[in-house]
Amino acid sequence: MKIDRRSFLSFAIGGAAGTALSPLPWKLMDDISIWTQNWPWTPVPEDGETRYVNSACTLCPGGCGITVRKVEDRVVKIEGMQNHPVNKGGICTLGLTGAQLLYRPSRIKTPLKKVNGSWRKISWDDAIAEIVGKLKELRAKGLSHTLACISDSDRGSVAELLNRFLTAYGSPNYIRTPSIQDSYELAIYLTQGVRAMAGFDIDKADFVLSFGSALIEGWESPVYMFKARSALSDNGGRMEQIEARLSKTAAKSDNWIALNPGTEGCLAFGLAHVMINEKLYDREFVDNYSSGLVELQNQILEAFPPEKVSKITGVDSEQIITLAKKFANARRPLAICGRGKGNIPGSLQEFLAVHMLNALAGNINKPGGVWAVPEPDYINWPDVQIDSVAAKGLQQDRVDGAGSDKYPLARYLLNRLPALVNSGADSPVQVLFVANANPVYSMQDTQAVRKAFEKIPLVVSFSSFMDETAESADLILPNHVYLERYEDIPSARGFPRPIIGLARPAVEPLFNTRHIGDVIIQMGKAMGGTLASAFYWKDYQACLEETLGDKWDALAENGYWLDETFGAGEPGAAFETESAKFEFANKDIASMPRYHPLKPEGDESHYPLILIPYDSMRLTSSYIGSPPFMIKSVEDTILKGNDILVELNPATAGEFGLRAGTYAILSTPKGRARVKVRLSEGIMPGVLAMIRGLGHTAYDKFLADKGVNYNSLSAPVEDAASGYDASWGIRARLEKA
Amino acid sequence: MSADEKNNPVSSETAHPEPVATSAQIGTQTQGDTAAGPIILFFIFGLVASLVVGWVVFPKLLYSRKMQPVDFSHALHNELVDKGCESCHFFREDGSYSGVPKLAQCIECHEEVQGESPQEAKFVNEYVLKDREVPWLVYSEQPDCVFFSHVAHVKLAKMDCVTCHGNIGESENLKVYEQNRISGYSRDIWGKNIAGFKKNTWDRMKMDDCSECHVKMNVNQGSVQTKKGGCFVCHQ
Repeated sequence: MKIDRRSFLSFAIGGAAGTALSPLPWKLMDDISIWTQNWPWTPVPEDGETRYVNSACTLCPGGCGITVRKVEDRVVKIEGMQNHPVNKGGICTLGLTGAQLLYRPSRIKTPLKKVNGSWRKISWDDAIAEIVGKLKELRAKGLSHTLACISDSDRGSVAELLNRFLTAYGSPNYIRTPSIQDSYELAIYLTQGVRAMAGFDIDKADFVLSFGSALIEGWESPVYMFKARSALSDNGGRMEQIEARLSKTAAKSDNWIALNPGTEGCLAFGLAHVMINEKLYDREFVDNYSSGLVELQNQILEAFPPEKVSKITGVDSEQIITLAKKFANARRPLAICGRGKGNIPGSLQEFLAVHMLNALAGNINKPGGVWAVPEPDYINWPDVQIDSVAAKGLQQDRVDGAGSDKYPLARYLLNRLPALVNSGADSPVQVLFVANANPVYSMQDTQAVRKAFEKIPLVVSFSSFMDETAESADLILPNHVYLERYEDIPSARGFPRPIIGLARPAVEPLFNTRHIGDVIIQMGKAMGGTLASAFYWKDYQACLEETLGDKWDALAENGYWLDETFGAGEPGAAFETESAKFEFANKDIASMPRYHPLKPEGDESHYPLILIPYDSMRLTSSYIGSPPFMIKSVEDTILKGNDILVELNPATAGEFGLRAGTYAILSTPKGRARVKVRLSEGIMPGVLAMIRGLGHTAYDKFLADKGVNYNSLSAPVEDAASGYDASWGIRARLEKA
Repeated sequence: MSADEKNNPVSSETAHPEPVATSAQIGTQTQGDTAAGPIILFFIFGLVASLVVGWVVFPKLLYSRKMQPVDFSHALHNELVDKGCESCHFFREDGSYSGVPKLAQCIECHEEVQGESPQEAKFVNEYVLKDREVPWLVYSEQPDCVFFSHVAHVKLAKMDCVTCHGNIGESENLKVYEQNRISGYSRDIWGKNIAGFKKNTWDRMKMDDCSECHVKMNVNQGSVQTKKGGCFVCHQ
């Protein structure tokens, strides 16, 4: 028998027939289809028991309640807590994507020390010993005041622990990161005599006049503002937005009033002028509860008549008068200010002008108005014993000049610090703690900030992530992420009632991180002497439970404590000025430099355009870098690939020979960047707009090197009245790339 | 007719001088051209070989055999509990099904070694004392795209566990886990029978087996959302 081609074919045909008659092909097909539907790299949700943990969000000062959904020990979803007074079940994009912060690859997993420019792992004991060693050395030299601390808040147990450490150590240099809270606090303090936070009862108002505040893009407590803004419309109220650019808030308002950028304060004074001159103000409030209207009138009579205001702001004088009448005639009008999300404090005079508009409308401490929300008073620890070294250190002037003769009103002036550090031969700050802040990214003129950080001999970062500040630090003591730790949330920014929230762990800490509160207590104990006695608690948990006292049970059960009795009294009862009234004028206000629209930095002949920033809910502008989901949600009219787009009016683009989508070089007195051009009719000619929140250089591949950081192109400008950063833009030049 | 043939009319005769030889030649030719016997043989070889491969070798190759980390007697435990399967395979408060018990449940009784079984000793020493979850191999594990609610079947439709899971509750040992090398799932999903035939309802648990029962009982054949029959009843 010969095996030839035919027999081979025959064998093959037989084989094919047999295979077809066997289960092999059909079973293989089935298995392969299942295999292709379940690629091993496709993420599959964990299977197991679902549990919910009620907690509070700490990612911004908004004070929202959250419900964390877990499957076994994995956080899978974060939702807004139902019935929470602030966010009422709602949540913002950052809160929603918080789980990605917990599992983010750029998390710092253990304490790190920089040795010859690279990071080495170090034990907690060694890290604390190193800092304590350096601090003891400084104290021995009588240089305790050269310790400084930058943090996002000066309230709540963690901030108070840090501040207590500085006080007991002997340094007055606790610095809160800047925001519009600074200016609002001062505006309330100057006119009402109380140290309080501003709360806005927007949902009960019927006419909201916003001077550039991004009400639906993250201003103050974002979710509270979204909900309040919706309620305002549902209740038949109106909102008018005064802004140089057609932001989303402007687009969603009932009327958008475009004005020359940076002249909002002038317009506010102009409106006050019309209200006073035409006697449109609330007689009942002004007569009974206020003083100094005549002085205010004298001051603004010549300075801010509608025609003059019109010339400066670019808003028609008829429109100014109509707007003033609309505002005055509304039943519960409310004026708000602070540009964008409110990251930059702004001009104090501008805030005073807007606050006074509310007073003229008689809408202070009333439903639908501005409330002076008292600072929380639940932290009542025994006084710190001050030893002789500390006493000497505390008598020193603050390093940032806050409270000095030049700026007696300001409490914290972080914006002045980099220049002061860079100017001298030796850094006035020898040791710097940075907690809940990323100044190297979020402060304007990042070059100068970076240089200052390099000059400070020991920078200690408590960041959970390898952010820009952690990268330029010398030691990193990583804090737990908010889903792994207890912490009290002392307030909700812009919420019109006192509220305390409690963040609590949803999961056990994933890495070798440590609660910042525990680290401070341990450092205090290691310092010995009065510091050890100031930090008598066993650990942070013991400190927190003692601090919250009888509120602990309510907080542990509901996740928040709300002051139900707040706001019951007469509006006038809350004024603690000398006259016990709302003061339109007094000697502090009189001693301040008058309002002048601030000119942006730069020479007009070389930099013919003006660059302004804007904010979006899809990107964080705070110390937390946007998680990957947020970056994915950014429109390609803002970020395309890794290119950032700047908004430009078609007329201006034509003038400079630029077309949509082309590359251009944007330069300002502070830096240069390659950008793409996007044309928009929503921005006035001669102005350029760039989003804040991009251009990170640190973190991970999901965030780094995408777009340009606005702060690397801009610079702070000191407000003459307060010393706060009042910049709103910078001169710029745009050329074809 | 070609020019050669015209010119040599006898040539065809000279080509076949002997008629006998011609017939013999024809015979040989027939055998050579249509060698049906060997060809069919090869066909049968191929057929049989592939049938053997398909029915015997392939199933052996397709599945890897894995032992459970610890042996377990359902029969023994079933005698000791009072709520049957649900004593250990319980429903949580939210109605979700707990599945294979976690260590925490086992520890309620097995904090220390109870009996003399070496398997129990192994369980306590290797897992309980080291606080490690037992990596059980789950015979009924389905891909993540399959949505199945135990509570809908057991509590609402009052179905018996045996209908789908068979008499596992009476088993004294855990059988070998045969893992499909391609899909990674247990052989029990397709069924022991490689052809896919089944005798009992629990013999296999493919999509057709679900729909078979749903059609027979005339329940939930449509999507809740679309009110139409279709994939999304289970593939949510």
